[in-house]
Amino acid sequence: MELNQLSAHELLSRLKSGSVTPRAIQDSLYVRIEDIDPKIKAYVRLNSEKGHNSKIDPDTPLKGLPVTIKDNICTEGLNTECCSKILQGFCPPYDATVISKLKKSGAEIFSLKANMDEFAFGSSTENSYFGPTHNPWNLECVPGGSSGGSAAAVASDEAIWALGSDTGGSIRQPASFCGVVGLKPTYGRVSRFGLIAFASSFDQIGPITKDVEDAAILTRIISGYDPNDSTSLDRDVPDYTKSLTNDIKGLKVGIPKEYFIDGLDAQVKAVIDEAIDKLKKLGACVKQVSLPHTEYAVAVYYIVATAETSSNLARFDGVQYGYRSKSDNLIQMYKQTRAEGFGDEAKRRIILGTFALSHGYYDAYYLRALKVRTLIRRDFDQVFSDFDCIVTPTSPTAAFRIGEKIQDPLKMYLSDIYTISVNLAGIPAISVPCGFTRGGLPVGLQIMASSFNEEMLFRVAYAYEQNTQWHKIKPKL
Amino acid sequence: MAIDNETIKHVAHLARIELQPNELEKFSIQLHEVLDFIDKISKLDIANIAPSSHILSISNVLREDIPGASLTPERALENAPSKKGNFFSVPKIIE
Repeated sequence: MELNQLSAHELLSRLKSGSVTPRAIQDSLYVRIEDIDPKIKAYVRLNSEKGHNSKIDPDTPLKGLPVTIKDNICTEGLNTECCSKILQGFCPPYDATVISKLKKSGAEIFSLKANMDEFAFGSSTENSYFGPTHNPWNLECVPGGSSGGSAAAVASDEAIWALGSDTGGSIRQPASFCGVVGLKPTYGRVSRFGLIAFASSFDQIGPITKDVEDAAILTRIISGYDPNDSTSLDRDVPDYTKSLTNDIKGLKVGIPKEYFIDGLDAQVKAVIDEAIDKLKKLGACVKQVSLPHTEYAVAVYYIVATAETSSNLARFDGVQYGYRSKSDNLIQMYKQTRAEGFGDEAKRRIILGTFALSHGYYDAYYLRALKVRTLIRRDFDQVFSDFDCIVTPTSPTAAFRIGEKIQDPLKMYLSDIYTISVNLAGIPAISVPCGFTRGGLPVGLQIMASSFNEEMLFRVAYAYEQNTQWHKIKPKL
Repeated sequence: MAIDNETIKHVAHLARIELQPNELEKFSIQLHEVLDFIDKISKLDIANIAPSSHILSISNVLREDIPGASLTPERALENAPSKKGNFFSVPKIIE
């Protein structure tokens, strides 16, 4: 096996023994990228300068291991454009807190950044200003989104591991479509400082990795309180690798009946049913539960998240950074800059969010949606008072074809139907590979737990992974 | 809830986005569909339910006001499309 094909924890033990160098690992990635990225297009700005960190400290936990970063996380001195024309040329003068933490742990920030839907608006990575990423399992399919570049890079061994961001499923859904592991931490677990904001009460940064152990390592490094993000919580960060016990005997697992309805692809359902059987065989006590307000989640999300978007994206006006359209008039400059700088989906969401907050509609939409959000949270509180975790499909279908949903925003929004509730409730969830459709596309199993109980996710996901072979199967490219 | 072209035009102006006529047409159809879908929440009984504007049970987070290091004006202006001295420069707003 080439170095780029190995998991992070395998490479860390080789780095520890001195049998490989960080430089050799990076070189193996660059060779792989040159070879297959023209087909996958997981990375953007390919002509960026290749970085090689000269001062690697072998006593650090990550020993110079490279980490791939989504294009909406600020990296000092490395362009961060959210795959949008409006941030063209933006080079952050500071690091996001997760980047500082990675550097402090000895990681190398990989010099190429991962493709994404513009400002993370999408479920397919087709909304990128740089063009779509292709699914490594079938190049005619989407990799999911919005962290599609990160997920495709990890799946195709163009990255050892990666960071993505998840506002309504943007880590878990592409992880599911690409056959890799993706975790959205509890809201407040990971600092959002330096993550270019989409919807501030939902956004979380999280890992996309080849296996559960790597996710446990990376989650610990990026978690923790940050004075620069007053919504991060000051709670101890456990060593998540201690949760990798391969024992789930007696755990109470809830299966929400509202997730097994019309619209769930029959092949995906069959794969998920088999995965649930596996959990039973491993000793889990599986029972059906109810999350009665599930059907309202997508509606609530597209009111509240777009409202927050319209406010967050007001800062892109051609004044402080990025693209500016030429005009002699200030208001016209704003309007032209935003007309030329934003893609269709960004415009749609800003307009929808502005509408939901505007005079005469606020009570009917925004305020009402916040109240329904309370009901959705309560559904989860209720279930978690009796159950250790909830298991569902990550997405109702496997990867769809490029172009299939791009002209129909509502259809695209509904592809996040199983991931959005988690963001509304703020709880953590992980997607792990659990099989394939007959057409050879990966399917993901989603596990949810109560707030700040990532340990439960790692425990269940690891036990499942270690007793199956799915994570070892790689796409033929 | 219907959203007509005039409303979209008005909202786009509030959001400072210049829309082309073809965009107006397209967004009007698409947003109409999305709002139709969203309207399902109007059926729910939400009397006596408190809104969740935030999911953490934290209130104001305060700190001492102690000066510390921050970006220099040069660094802060590095990405400006146009600048003059230590300022961002924009087209004239006052006649």
